[in-house]
Parts: sequence; C-alpha cells; structure tokens
Amino acid sequence: MSMTKIKAAGTALLNQWRFLAGLKYFWPVFLAAGLAFCIAADVYDFVDLYLQLIIIYVGINIILTASLNLINGYMGEFSVGHAGFMAIGAYIASILTVYVFPQNTAGILFPAAILAGGMGAALVGFLVAIPSFKTRGDYLAIVTLAFGMIVKSILENIDAVGGPRGLLGMEKLTTLPWVFFWTALCVWVIRNLVYSNFGRGVLSIREDEIASDLMGVNTRQVKIIAFVVSSFFAGIAGGLFAHALQFINPRMFDILKSTDILIMVYLGGIGSIAGSILGAVIYTVLLEILRPLGVWRMVFMPLMLVLLMIYRPRGIMGMREIRLFTPLRDLVTEKLWRQKKKEASDASP
Amino acid sequence: MSRADLLLSVAGLSVHYDSIQAVDNISFEVARGEIVTLIGANGAGKSSTLRAISGLIPYTGSVNFAGKDLRNLAADRIVAAGIAHVPEGRGIFGNLTVRENLQLACWQRKDKSKIAADLKNVFALFPRLEERSKQLGGMLSGGEQQMLAVGRALMSDAQMLLLDEPSMGLSPVLVREIFRIIREINQAGKTILLVEQNANMSLHIASRAYVLETGRIVLSGAGKELTGNPKVIEAYLGG
Repeated sequence: MSMTKIKAAGTALLNQWRFLAGLKYFWPVFLAAGLAFCIAADVYDFVDLYLQLIIIYVGINIILTASLNLINGYMGEFSVGHAGFMAIGAYIASILTVYVFPQNTAGILFPAAILAGGMGAALVGFLVAIPSFKTRGDYLAIVTLAFGMIVKSILENIDAVGGPRGLLGMEKLTTLPWVFFWTALCVWVIRNLVYSNFGRGVLSIREDEIASDLMGVNTRQVKIIAFVVSSFFAGIAGGLFAHALQFINPRMFDILKSTDILIMVYLGGIGSIAGSILGAVIYTVLLEILRPLGVWRMVFMPLMLVLLMIYRPRGIMGMREIRLFTPLRDLVTEKLWRQKKKEASDASP
Repeated sequence: MSRADLLLSVAGLSVHYDSIQAVDNISFEVARGEIVTLIGANGAGKSSTLRAISGLIPYTGSVNFAGKDLRNLAADRIVAAGIAHVPEGRGIFGNLTVRENLQLACWQRKDKSKIAADLKNVFALFPRLEERSKQLGGMLSGGEQQMLAVGRALMSDAQMLLLDEPSMGLSPVLVREIFRIIREINQAGKTILLVEQNANMSLHIASRAYVLETGRIVLSGAGKELTGNPKVIEAYLGG
C-alpha cells in the first residue's frame, strides 16, 4: 500500500473521530451504554471475575489520577500525600459498613459510606490546605509527605481499627456499576471544573502566581477549593478500594502508593483528563500483564518511565486534551475562528 | 487639583526587603484622568512602589484609592477596587491562549455583556491580539506580549492602570507605539501611573512626574517642565 493511501485512510479515520467528538449525544450514549454493560456484567456474570477486578482497579486508579492531576498538573503544585486521603476515605467507609450500619443494610447504604469517606477526606484536605498554602512551592510537597506519614502512623496506633494488622470484614460491595458511576462522576466534575472560570484561575496559578494575583484571582481560595475537591475524590477512591479488596491495612497507603499515583499522573501527562485516564489504564493493565515476570516487573516499569521522561517529558498527553473532553462551546469558537481565518486567507490573494 | 479629583494618594510609604530599604517614606498623589510617571534608575524603588500599591508586598505607610484604604487588602481585593497592575516582565500566562489570558482578567467580573464589549474594545485597540487569540501567550513576540498585558489590564475594568516599564525590551518603533496606546487609553478615561526608565518618552506624555533616587522622591513637577530640568537632563536624558 502506498504512502498516500495510508495517509488518506488516516485522514478518514481522523475525520470520523472528529465527527464522533462533535456529536452532542456522544457522552450520554457512551455513559448509558457503559453503565448498562457494567450492570449486565455484574448481574449475568459474563465477564471473568479476574478481569472485573482489574477493571475495578483501573476505575479506582482513574479517580486517583484525575484528582491528583488537578493539583499537580493543572495547578502546578506538588502534592505527594494522595494515599493519605485515600486511607482516610477507605477507613471511614469501611468502619461505616462494618461497624456502624445495621446488619444487612450495608449494601443499600454503600453509596452513603463511600460519600462519607470522600467527605471525611475532603474535610481533612481542607484542614491540611489552610496552613500549607500560606507559602508556595516545595513547601506543599513537604507538608503532604509528612501528612501521609502521620495518617499511616495514626492508623497503625488505633487498635479499634486493627492497628497495623488492618481492618477486615467488609463485604465485596464495590461492583462494576458503582466503579463506573464514581469514575464517570469524578471525570465529569474535574473536566467541568478545569474548563470553568474557576479552572482558568487554577491554570493561572501554575503559569504565574503573581500575575494571577494581579488578575484578581483569589489564589488562596482557588488553591484550597482545588485541594479539597482533589482530596474528596481520593477519599472516594479509598472507599471503593477497601470494598473491592475487602481488607485494608495502613501499609497499603504509604508513600509507595502515593508514588504509584504520581507515576500514573506523569505517565499519562500533566494537565490532561485524557492523560489521566490513559496513565491509569496503561499503568494498571501493564502491571497485570507483566505479573508473570515476578519481581522483574519492578525493573521493567521504572525503565519504561525513564524512557518516557527522556522522550516525552510531559507524559503521553502532557498539557493536551482530546476533543471529546473539550467543551462544545470551545469547539464552536474554534470552528468559527478557523472559518474566519480561512475566509481572510481566501480573500487576501 | 481639588480633593474630589484625587484618585490615588500614597503617604509615607516605605518598603523593606529584609534589611534593605527599597522605598523610603515617599508620598505622592494621582488625580483622576492623569498620567503620572515615576522615573528613576535601576533600584530606585519604582517597581516596589507599584507592588506595594497592589498588595503584593508588605509596607508601612498608607495607600488610599478612591477614598478606600488599601492597607491589609489582599491583591485580588485591590483589583476589585479598580486597580490593574501590568507587572514588569508582563506576566503573560505562556501556556494559555491569548483569549484565555484576557478572560482571566475578568475572573471576578460577572457582567457578561460588559465583558463582551470590553473584549471588543481591546481587540479594536490591538487587532493583533484578535488575529492571535487562539495562540498560546508564550508564542507571542515581546511587543505582542506587552499588548496582551495591557489588554488584560483593560479587561479587568479598572479605573487606574499601573504600568511597570511597558517599554522594556522593545524596539524604538514599538516603544513609540506603546506610548501612543497609553495616551489613547488615558484619553478614553483611564488614570495611569507609569513607571519608566525611558524618561524622555514618559515625561512627554505625563501630566506630572516624580523622580525617584534610592527610594526617595528627589524631584517632582509637570512632565514637560521636568524635561527641561538640568538635573533630569544630566541623569536621565543623556545631556
């Protein structure tokens, strides 16, 4: 096949993709179909259980990655304590379903438990954000690092939640439909946030904080809100994680877990929703595929990261977005602008 | 100048960076509709004065704007009060498009129709910005970035613009262009406090000027008058 044919096929494919991306009803249809598939898979059990678990982990990791990307990618701060917020969500949700909720109602009240986990993490995120954002830069990295350690050692020293042995007795309540729902919600919220006026404020902090102040952006408030939203979703992910694995202990949420999330963020690309999804999917699936390699996969993965940082330092999708995630109004203005430009260039010669 | 026309009054302003005194007890006033310029050499305290006014750095003394005490106000509240500061080095958001840069200046504004009108005005004033509205701010040339910085200041619907060395790093043609635009903006009703090293150009467009030396005001007067002052000629206009 000649080069031009390949090119033509590529353009055709791209056009089709553009067509798809421009459709107003793509998202509703995709979400409905996805949810229907997840419910069907859950009820009729036609998807391998192992595969289901991997999909659940992918979903949880997407939530973690997208929410951390809000801080590290869009806002340009450096938080390394995401696993700490995840732990808070996991423990709150688990305590609720195991000890607090009456027998046999855990299934119905599961969303409330997850939500409570998220709220708890958000509250703690708020408390951490107030002092940490009084200064700028590396300070936040240190504070969040310390925060992660504090959460872990506090949990290790509370006997009521099992101390270092951990907490068990959760039912397997994290099902495909729930993971799909929370993942979609997280992606939707963060996508809408970054494309809002508020989101422009978040981006401006990354670009130049002093200029951002001079534009009238209330940088302190923006930082705190972004951090709270990010912590909230980390808590949600924690609750889902606890009820997928049915066992948690403090060591699961140490600095290595935070590093995992950071890797997914930088692998997928900072400042990109599509990148967050790609990073989480690739990292999670690749780790599973490489499982037969045993310990060697922990050699292979870092090597891949080193190569990625050399050849694509901003990650796969760094600071770019696929059209499906750009708001329709931006696409429309871009289209108008292109048209105008074309008319101008047609008129000039 | 009558009291009613007074827009900005700075009294006894001092700024310290640790043990270094950058601004030493200066007082000056800007009336509504004026172009006032602060000129002086490097390190005279010009930029520090502007930074103090917009709440970026701590200071002692008092700053009053349109009857409002700006002391202890956060930077974003000072913007809301009606002061737009174009910082030295322009402060363009390099990874955001020109349009996004302009939109950011309206971060606090809710009046959508007025924002649209202001955007039209800015594009009329700087047609280049409209042509490049989809490009990233970092891709613009120095002159275009300066236009964007001034455009942003206009988008915040401020009564007063603080311009910090708008001519820095621009070619002589562009410098003249920028000064022409500053005049135009002023005639359209904005009060301007201009900090410059290019004393010649700024004294020509300024109604009044203050000369700063190592943190103190050493001379003040009408802009045109100062161009004839032997001290100014010696120090800034090159004899």
